[in-house]
Amino acid sequence: MNPFKTLTSPVIPLLRDDIDTDQIIPARYLKVTDKAGLAEGLFAGWQYLDDGDPNPDFPLNQPQYAEAQILLAGDNFGCGSSREHAPWALAGWGIRAILATSFADIFYNNALKNGLLPVTVDTETHAKLAAALDSAPSLEVRIDLPAQTVKLPDGTEAAFPLDPFSKTCLLEGIDQLGYLLKHEAEIAAFEGSEE
Amino acid sequence: MPKTLFEKIWDAHVVLQEPDSPAVLYIDLHLVHEVTSPQAFNGLREKGLPTRRPEQTVATMDHVTPTIELSLAAMDEQGIKQIRQLQANCRDFGIHLYDLNDPQRGIVHVVGPEQGLTQPGMTIVCGDSHTSTHGAFGALAFGIGTSEVEHVLATQSLLQNRPKTMRVHFEGQLGAGVTAKDMILALIAEIGVGGGTGHVIEFTGPAVRALDMESRMTLCNMSIEAGARAGMVAPDETTFAYLRGRPSAPVGEAWEESLDRWRNLSSDPGASYDQTISLDAAALEPMITYGTNPAMGGPIRQPIPTPARESDPDRRAALEKTLRYMDLAPGKPLQGHPVDVVFLGSCTNGRLNDLRAAADLLRGRKVAEGVRMLVVPGSGNVRRKAEAEGLDEVFRQAGAGWRHAGCSMCLAMNGDQLSPGQYAVSTSNRNFESRQGPGGRTFLASPLTAAASAVAGKVIDPRVMCGDVKREE
Repeated sequence: MNPFKTLTSPVIPLLRDDIDTDQIIPARYLKVTDKAGLAEGLFAGWQYLDDGDPNPDFPLNQPQYAEAQILLAGDNFGCGSSREHAPWALAGWGIRAILATSFADIFYNNALKNGLLPVTVDTETHAKLAAALDSAPSLEVRIDLPAQTVKLPDGTEAAFPLDPFSKTCLLEGIDQLGYLLKHEAEIAAFEGSEE
Repeated sequence: MPKTLFEKIWDAHVVLQEPDSPAVLYIDLHLVHEVTSPQAFNGLREKGLPTRRPEQTVATMDHVTPTIELSLAAMDEQGIKQIRQLQANCRDFGIHLYDLNDPQRGIVHVVGPEQGLTQPGMTIVCGDSHTSTHGAFGALAFGIGTSEVEHVLATQSLLQNRPKTMRVHFEGQLGAGVTAKDMILALIAEIGVGGGTGHVIEFTGPAVRALDMESRMTLCNMSIEAGARAGMVAPDETTFAYLRGRPSAPVGEAWEESLDRWRNLSSDPGASYDQTISLDAAALEPMITYGTNPAMGGPIRQPIPTPARESDPDRRAALEKTLRYMDLAPGKPLQGHPVDVVFLGSCTNGRLNDLRAAADLLRGRKVAEGVRMLVVPGSGNVRRKAEAEGLDEVFRQAGAGWRHAGCSMCLAMNGDQLSPGQYAVSTSNRNFESRQGPGGRTFLASPLTAAASAVAGKVIDPRVMCGDVKREE
């Protein structure tokens, strides 16, 4: 996992609430045994027209967002299925952070394990950013993980929450499995006390 | 201090809690299926890690398996690859697998309880959001991602932040023709698809106590559709009667000891929850969804909401978009809307009582012309028991398709799917855009409502056919 410190990028607006993981990546793309190539199925129902061509109206297909690494969504992003293919597909496309007013639990946890930063922003900042993107679609936002802030072009700064453990893992690019393996003795002792 | 059921199970499974870190939570039972596990096993191989407690993991195949015949010949190449990989992974890592032709194989959340693997007080996880189903036994059961599947395989533990608690209390008793599916759809409509985020729900009250185990599973199954981490029901005599004699249930002295332990698994009087919600079960009616998430639903006779009456512009736009996708007119009830497909099955409603309820309604009736009805039992066991009771004949005579066990059209990975634009009444759990096939449109409802709608060829209140409600023109 690559460490995450700061990120400055254009923001792709996907201003809908309750974007479920079936929309992020439909089940027909889950018949894989590795993590590669999933970006093809990212938002497949919205990314493509009925004939299979890219939908030019879909923000991810627009040229100003070709290099963008931040997505802006509404409430409850990533609800539904637990498929980790959702963060794999987002990361595979090049997304490194998602700004939303709230996230579904399983998606939130899955994202953090893949170096994808879920940034919970307050509704005021969210509305301000959405309005700013409406008039300046290419504007850039800066995410500062050590400071836990999001900075808008007009200088507005908003703090976002993140538990200290996940923060350290992201900053240092640590796999959480390492922490569990380090506590093998405690796990064994727990198992011993159960039997 | 008085504790909730959740707190009792959580506290008993915390291996370690360091400051500023999530808890290391011990996992008693890990369930695995073919779609969310291959990358986890790859991870073990890359890191050279063994499975810590292979006997505490059990695997089945359900998502991509065919329902027409149980043979690889009925599958596409990618599906076959997932099946073969699961077989190899279970062999290499010493995990028990219910293979394609194993008579016990079925949907992971149907098999666990059926085999008695799911027991009160356990922590249970699976790379599948509907793991919440197992909470019906008074277990703490929740869905995890594939990275976490690898964590459990390697360490039998997970890093978890302690969730909050929510009590959902159902007062009174359900009326005839109203089921556990209607209870959970009513709750989700009430609190929304994010209403339970960060919480574990405990279902309480007389209407919950009166439910059999299969109905409790339906209730807990869709807790995730309200955003909750898990749903649970405190175990009682109904739970113990269901478990007794199951293949993996304790026997003899161990059974008595387990009973003593399990009897303590209820929330203490005075235990406090972060949130409490009360619903009147007696006031509930058959529910159905009209929209593209499980909260977009209501009583079957209630009109579909009108966007113009929605004051919040974002919500208005979302509702307009939904009704456009569903091609539905606002202000009219869904009752009477034509139906193309009826799907009876899934981890929500694919158990024996679900099939019995639908068969009782279909007996002596026919599925309407032009309607395709698919009946997919939740497991090989459910299928055999249904056949022993002659339910398969009832379904066949009515004109419905009788299939082999699997997830099937719930998520349409195995070729069972809607065609673009088709309308389905489905007993499954998700009505997301294209969930049951690209362009497909899903109305979620109970097995009774599904069966009644199959006969009518349109969405209909099942109580009309059960004789509880006078037919309205």
